[in-house]
Amino acid sequence: MLLVPETDFGTPASRAKTQVTLTIDGREITVPEGTSIMRASMEAGIQVPKLCATDMVDAFGSCRLCLIEIEGRNGTPASCTTPVAPGLVVHTQTARLKDIRKGVMELYISDHPLDCLTCAANGDCELQDMAGAVGLRDVRYGYDGDNHVKTRAGEGLNARWMPKDESNPYFTYDPSKCIVCSRCVRACEEVQGTFALTIEGRGFDSRVSPGQHEDFLSSECVSCGACVQACPTATLTEKSVIAIGQPEHSVVTTCAYCGVGCSFKAEMRGEELVRMVPWKDGQANRGHSCVKGRFAYGYSTHKERILNPMIREKVTDPWREVSWEEALAHTAAEFRRIQYQYGRESIGGITSSRCTNEETYLVQKLIRAGFGNNNVDTCARVCHSPTGYGLGQAFGTSAGTQNFDSVEETDVVIIIGANPTDGHPVFGSRLKKRLRQGARLIVIDPRRIDLVRSPHIEAAYHLPLRPGTNVAVATALAHVIVTEGLCDEEFIRTRCDWSEFEDWAGFVAEERHSPEATEALTGVPADDLRGAARLFATGGNGSIYYGLGVTEHSQGSTTVMAIANLAMATGNIGRPGVGVNPLRGQNNVQGSCDMGSFPHELPGYRHVSDDATRDIFEKLWGVTLSDEPGLRIPNMLDAAVDGSFKGLYIQGEDILQSDPDTKHVAAGLAAMECVVVQDLFLNETANYAHVFLPGSTFLEKDGTFTNAERRINRVRRVMTPRNGYADWEVTQNLARAMGLAWSYTHPSEIMDEIAATTPSFAKVSYAYLEEKGSVQWPCNEKAPEGSPIMHVDGFVRGKGKFIRTEYVATDEKTGPRFPLLLTTGRILSQYNVGAQTRRTENVVWHEEDRLEIHPHDAELRGIRDGDWVRLASRSGDTTLRALITDRVATGVVYTTFHHPTTQANVITTDFSDWATNCPEYKVTAVQISPSNGPSEWQTEYEDQARQSRRIIGKLEAAE
Amino acid sequence: MDRHPGKSDLATSVAAIVADLKHLEGPLLPILHAVQEVFGYVPEEAVPIIAADLNLSRAEVHGVVTFYHDYRHQPAGRHVLKLCRAEACQAMGADRLAEQVKIHLGIDFHETSADGAVTLEPVFCLGLCSTAPAAMLDGGVHGRLDASALDSLLAEVVA
Repeated sequence: MLLVPETDFGTPASRAKTQVTLTIDGREITVPEGTSIMRASMEAGIQVPKLCATDMVDAFGSCRLCLIEIEGRNGTPASCTTPVAPGLVVHTQTARLKDIRKGVMELYISDHPLDCLTCAANGDCELQDMAGAVGLRDVRYGYDGDNHVKTRAGEGLNARWMPKDESNPYFTYDPSKCIVCSRCVRACEEVQGTFALTIEGRGFDSRVSPGQHEDFLSSECVSCGACVQACPTATLTEKSVIAIGQPEHSVVTTCAYCGVGCSFKAEMRGEELVRMVPWKDGQANRGHSCVKGRFAYGYSTHKERILNPMIREKVTDPWREVSWEEALAHTAAEFRRIQYQYGRESIGGITSSRCTNEETYLVQKLIRAGFGNNNVDTCARVCHSPTGYGLGQAFGTSAGTQNFDSVEETDVVIIIGANPTDGHPVFGSRLKKRLRQGARLIVIDPRRIDLVRSPHIEAAYHLPLRPGTNVAVATALAHVIVTEGLCDEEFIRTRCDWSEFEDWAGFVAEERHSPEATEALTGVPADDLRGAARLFATGGNGSIYYGLGVTEHSQGSTTVMAIANLAMATGNIGRPGVGVNPLRGQNNVQGSCDMGSFPHELPGYRHVSDDATRDIFEKLWGVTLSDEPGLRIPNMLDAAVDGSFKGLYIQGEDILQSDPDTKHVAAGLAAMECVVVQDLFLNETANYAHVFLPGSTFLEKDGTFTNAERRINRVRRVMTPRNGYADWEVTQNLARAMGLAWSYTHPSEIMDEIAATTPSFAKVSYAYLEEKGSVQWPCNEKAPEGSPIMHVDGFVRGKGKFIRTEYVATDEKTGPRFPLLLTTGRILSQYNVGAQTRRTENVVWHEEDRLEIHPHDAELRGIRDGDWVRLASRSGDTTLRALITDRVATGVVYTTFHHPTTQANVITTDFSDWATNCPEYKVTAVQISPSNGPSEWQTEYEDQARQSRRIIGKLEAAE
Repeated sequence: MDRHPGKSDLATSVAAIVADLKHLEGPLLPILHAVQEVFGYVPEEAVPIIAADLNLSRAEVHGVVTFYHDYRHQPAGRHVLKLCRAEACQAMGADRLAEQVKIHLGIDFHETSADGAVTLEPVFCLGLCSTAPAAMLDGGVHGRLDASALDSLLAEVVA
C-alpha cells in the first residue's frame, strides 16, 4: 500500500464557465477563466516551484519562487497571482528564472536549520523539495548570520531565538523552522475562519504569533489543525509525527464523530496510526477538519478500553472476564430464557448511531428475525426523531434536502437551535466562509452563540427567544411573510397543495401570531422578528439549518413542520443554496434511521404494517415478521419498571448518561434481568449491565456511515480490532449463538442485502462507492449518481404539504420554586457524553461542565464566577461550577453534558415531543443556589459506579 | 471629545476613541494613532478592546501594531530623537553621528535615557537626502547635521 496521492494545484479552482487556452512550456492547455498560471501549469503536469502557495488558500505571492516569464510581457511575474489569458505563451524554466529561484532559496536557507536528518518533517518538507527542485548547491550568505536558529549568538544569547511552543497537546510550533510563508495564518483565516494567528513584526522579526504573542493554547486557536496541514516545513508539526515518524501508507476513511462526516486519510506506519489528515476530495469537508476528527483518536488505545468479554450474575458483583464463546452463549441462553419465561416481547435492543450502517442493519435484523419482535430503537429517538417525522409529513422524506456544498450558494441563512462552530465545526467553517463573502445570517437561539458575532462575521439578526417558544417564533416569521405578501406564489402553486397553503396562510395570518402579539411570550422584539422575516423572504437563496435546539422540545415535530412551511412559502426548496438542513448529531444517525432502527419502520422508512415490505424481508430472512410496532426506548424502560420487559441488547449507546431523567433510566435498567452492553468502555449504562461485549473503533472495521447530507461514505479498516472482532462480527456471532444461520464474510455483503431490499439504496454497493468516492441517497435507477439536492422537480410525496403549527406551551413551566430555564448544548472540544473525547488530550480545553448564568441572575443569588452551585429541577438536583456570562439572557441558564459526574440529565424531565417522544432536553425549569460540593445523588452515584466497575483479577477500573 | 487617560479608565478611553473613528474607511490605523497620541504608546490591553469593537481578532490587530515601528509598546521619553540611517545619510556620515549620540546619551537605539528625557530611534529616510545627514526631533526635521549641530540639538533635549 502507498500514501493516497493528492495533488496540490497551488491555488483554488476557478468556477468560471468561460474557458481560456494558453501555452505553457510548449504545451497547450485549456482552463476556466480566472485560473492562476500556477494551477494551469499543474493541470498540464508542469510543477512550478512554490512555497507560499497551496490550493486550500488563495494566492499570496510572497515566496518569489513561482516566478515565470510570459512572452511579450515584462518582468517575471508570480505564477500564483497571475491569471491565465487567451493565447499567453508562458515559460516556467528559463536561465533567468533559474538564477532568481536559486537566489531566493539561498536567502531562505541562510536562515533555516540544516538538521534535515533529525527533523520531523524529513521526507515531507516542501522547503527540502524546493531546494532540490531549484538545484541549490551553495549558500553564499553562510548559515549563521542574523538568524532565528541558534540559542546562542557568539558569546551571548541570541535575542532573536524563540523556544518551541509545545502548549498545544497535539502539535508543536518551532519558530526556528519558520519561513514566514503565511500559509498557517491564511489557513486559520480562510479555511477555519478563526483568525487566531498573525505575522507579528517585520523583516527578520517576522514571526507567526497566536493571539498577541501568546502560546497556542492560551490564544483563540481552536486546534483544528488547518495550520499544521498547511505548513510546508516542520514549524507546525503533529506531535504524533515527531514521536513516530513519517507514515508509509494511508487509507481514506470517514470520521466517527459528528454528522458532518468528514473524509480523512488515516496515515499509517504498519498498524500504528500516525495522523489523520482531512482528504481534499472528501465532499462533505473539502479538506478541512476540526480538533476532534483530526486529533482526538487517542481513545482507541486508551488504557480504560475493555478488550475482553465479561459477565456477572448481579450488577453488584464484580465483572468476570470470559471467552467470547462463553459470553455469547450466556447471552443467547439468557435471552431465550427470558423470552420463554416472560414472553416474546420481553426483550429488545438499541442500535447505535456511532456504528456503521451494516452493523445497525444487523442489530435490527437480529431483533426482528431473532428476537421475533420490533422492540428496536436508536438514539435518534432522543435527537432527530422529530426531523424524521416532520420532514416526512411535509416533503415525504425524512432527511435534509441539500448537500453541504450548497452553503456556498446561499444568500440568507437561518440558524435555529444549532451551534455549528461547536457542534458541527467543519460546516461552521464553511458557513463562515460564505458569510465573509457577503451572505446574511439570522440566528434564532436563546444563547449568543459564536456565529452571532465573531471576527469578520456578524448576524444581521439575533432573535434570542425564550427556550420552548420555537413554534411561536417560526409561526410569527410566517405571519410576517404571509401578511406582507412576501410568499413565492408561483412556487407554491406549482409545487405545493394550494388549498392546504390557503388554510395555513389563513391560520398564520391571524393577529395572535403576529410578532407584536407573541413578543411578550417569546421575548423576541417584534421589529427584529419582522426584519428577519423580510430578509429571509427577499434576500435571495434562503437556507435553514437547524439542530437539536429545534427537535428536543415537546413541540419538536411542530417546529420542524414550521421550518418546512417557511422554506416552501418562500420557494426555497429544490436547488443549490436553499433548503431545510437538519444538522445531525452523530456520525451515522442518518444511517441508523435509514436502516430501520425505529420500532415501527423497516429499512427505508417503510412501516412494519406494510405487507409488501414485510414480505420482501420475510422471504429473504426466512421468518415471519411482526406487523405490530415495538417499544420505543422510554416505553422499554417503563415496561421494565412495570416488570414486563427484562432483557436489552445495547450496541454503542450510553442511555444512562444521554437519556433524560437519569433516575428513571437507572430504575428501568436495574429492573431487567439481562442487560448486554457492547461498547469500547465501561460506560455509565454498563454499571447496570450483566454482560459486557467489547466493541471496536471505526479504525478497526469496514463499513459505511451516512452523514447529515445523506452521503454514504466508506469507513475502512486500518488496524486489527484490538478486542478481536468488528462490531458486525459480534452481532453476527450473537445471532449464530441464538440459532440464526448468518454467514456474512464482509460488510459489503450486508450492503448488498440492504441494496436488494431497500429501494433508496438500490444502486449502492462497495464497488460503486469505490468508483464514485461517495453517493447521496436516494441512489437507484431513477438517480444513478445519487441525489445531492432533493425535491428538485417535485416533492417526494407529490405536493408539498403546509401544516398548521399551533403553539402549545410546554408543561415544563417556571414558577416561584424554579424560576430559571435550563437549556443544554455542546462545546467544540468534547463530543456528546464524552466517552471518547474525555479519554483524549481534548480535556485541556474543557475539563468539566460549567453552568452559564447571566451576571444579574448570579448577583441575585450571591454567586461568583467559579462557585459551586446546586442546580435543582422537579426531577432532581446536581452540582457544578458557575460561569458568569452575558451570552445567556437573564432567566436562562445553560450547560453542557460531556462529563458523567455532572449528571445534567438528573435534572431534565420526562416531557417529550408529542409525535416522537423525543425528550425535552432543551427546557427545564430550575433553581440555582450556592453549594459546597457534590449532591447526595452524585456521591451515591459515584460509589455505585466505582463498585460496579470492578473486574476480578484487575485493579479497579478508574474513570 | 474627552480623552483624559489613566490606567483605570483605559477601557473607557479606548472605547471612546474607537467610537469616534470607527466610521472611517479602514479605521484601524487612525484609531491606533489616536490611542498612541493619548497614551504615548499602544497599550497591550487596548488591543482586545479595539479588536472586539471592529470585529477583528486580537491577532490581526497585534499584527498591525507590531508591523509599524512607529507604534510604541511602552511610553517614549519626553523627547524623541530619530536619526536617519538610510543610504544618503549613511554616505554623509550618519553612522558616526549615531555613535556620538549614543555615547552622549548613554543609550542605544530603541532605548530611553534613564531620566526619561529622550528616546533614540533610527529612521529609514526622512526624505531629506539632499540635506543629509538628517534627523527628526519631536516631529521637527533638521538637516546638514554635524557634530556641533547635533550637540546643540542634544543640549535642547537633555536640558
